Amino acid sequence: MDLSAGRAPAPREWALFARRLARRRTALFGLVVVMIVIVAALGASWIAGYDPTEQDITNRLRAPGSQDAAGRAHLFGTDHLGRDILARMIFGARPALMVGFAAVAISGVLGMMVGLLSGYFGGWIDDVFMRLADVQLAFPFILLAIAVIGVLGPSLPVIIVVIGVSSWVIYARVVRGAVLSLREREFVQAAHALGSRDGRVLLRHILPNAFTPWLVVATLDMARVIVIESALSFLGLGVQPPTPTWGGMLADGRVYISTAWWLATFPGLAILVTVLGINLFGDGLRDTLDPRLKL
Amino acid sequence: MKIYLARRLAQSLLVLLGVSFVVFFILYLTGDPALVLLPPDASAEDVQKFREVMGFNDPFIVQYGRFFLGALRGDFGQSVRHGEPAFNLVIERMPATFELSGAALLVALCLAIPAGIVSAVRRNTVIDYISTVVALLGQSMPTFWLGIMLILVFSVQFNLLPSSGRGTLEHLVLPAITLGLFTTARITRLTRSGMLEVLSQDYIRTARAKGVSDPPVVWKHALKNAAIPIVTIVGIELGTLLGGSVITETIFAWPGVGRLSVQAIYNRDYPVVQAAVFLLSSTFVLVNLVVDVLYTYLDPRIRLR
Repeated sequence: MDLSAGRAPAPREWALFARRLARRRTALFGLVVVMIVIVAALGASWIAGYDPTEQDITNRLRAPGSQDAAGRAHLFGTDHLGRDILARMIFGARPALMVGFAAVAISGVLGMMVGLLSGYFGGWIDDVFMRLADVQLAFPFILLAIAVIGVLGPSLPVIIVVIGVSSWVIYARVVRGAVLSLREREFVQAAHALGSRDGRVLLRHILPNAFTPWLVVATLDMARVIVIESALSFLGLGVQPPTPTWGGMLADGRVYISTAWWLATFPGLAILVTVLGINLFGDGLRDTLDPRLKL
Repeated sequence: MKIYLARRLAQSLLVLLGVSFVVFFILYLTGDPALVLLPPDASAEDVQKFREVMGFNDPFIVQYGRFFLGALRGDFGQSVRHGEPAFNLVIERMPATFELSGAALLVALCLAIPAGIVSAVRRNTVIDYISTVVALLGQSMPTFWLGIMLILVFSVQFNLLPSSGRGTLEHLVLPAITLGLFTTARITRLTRSGMLEVLSQDYIRTARAKGVSDPPVVWKHALKNAAIPIVTIVGIELGTLLGGSVITETIFAWPGVGRLSVQAIYNRDYPVVQAAVFLLSSTFVLVNLVVDVLYTYLDPRIRLR
């Protein structure tokens, strides 16, 4: 019996998706932006040109485009300690992406597991998980995050785990919805009839088919996580100085808002452009893979 | 209908029970609440005595029971910093937070629903593109950056609006826009897609075929049906607004619960943090209960279930 209809899209189908995605210009633009940010984060040491923590008090608060005594240009100016803003922005992509990928991985895997179990088994398992989801959603997210991080102390692992553990609900709901309809499909019934156990049916037949909506959610959630990471650093509860973070730079710049506008403006643009890129790519991904998904 | 309401009410109570447990647990994350609540220079004897007095030596479940019963009576303990009951401190600042969240929601609804409708009706025109791009930018813009940029332009450059504090209507303008923009973007996109879906339905075509002109089709036939997802999202967005107020209030020195809780976290004033998280979450649960009840009036299909 041919069960291939129920499997994940074969490699050839993924190539087809990729081509359809590439035809959406906004999605492609988003992808390019995201790739640039990733490359900047990975190659920060080579690209930045300055040490992001190197202070130069004689050159503090220099306007964008100005040069220091050695004739080196500061394209986006310098901050209150004479550090190059552009270099700090490039290095700031690191914590943002690190928290983004790691937190999404944690919440994505958690949510996938909950969604699979909840949708497949239903009954009390479903009830328990969905009530837990209601509890989770009842909290103003950022307030809960700062309360917990405030108690545990801000550090990269704490931030990742707190965001990751408290963001599973959306994944669980989307996967659960997909599983509910997959459960009734012929290929799943057929697998049961052929004697497959629950675990095998879940992993081999249901999971691959619930993967596309999951991927769309993960992409769009990444944008949200990056904003949260910068909000936490803005409040002083993110990755701690001297590591440059976009939110931390904004918090520094806020103090000098009336004299040096560039301090707060450029790091904010970095967040905006990154998040916009991810959102554009995610929207395109959704429209290509799963247009009915409402997110 | 009655059964539905009763079930929904029981669900909300269950959620509140869960919320209370998480709030209670925040204090235990460090391992020793006595050390969290006492100043760092407290002697070992003081810590021991404090544990005894506060009942931190009791079994976990007993402590939780005590916390829960206290929370029901509005007793979260004394603020470490202000020496007042934490509950009172939070309640005093609630009106400011409600004022800000309400204003932000109002801004969002007034901008988003017309924008979404026009976008859908005049699909693929310049207006549609502009509103789509603005919505996309709004969804990608971090609140705290927007707030700072608004201060830069309207307070620092042109000196038009105050950048901090609460009092007059002018004080409300910048914080409300800052807090409301993300919600505006969300509701605009939702209204647009909802209207597009409804406008392609058979009953709209029927109404048009029967000669109903454009405005009534849009307002009477389409909007009523597109309103249901909008009402749901308003309930959910209120949670976003209450949470987002933490950052907006910090930027604009708005004297609400959000700013109070951020300060309380910096000061390690955990009774206040617990009271604030619990009360904001309860507000959100309550609002969603009300939204669900309203829902049954908008969509009779739910009442029959």
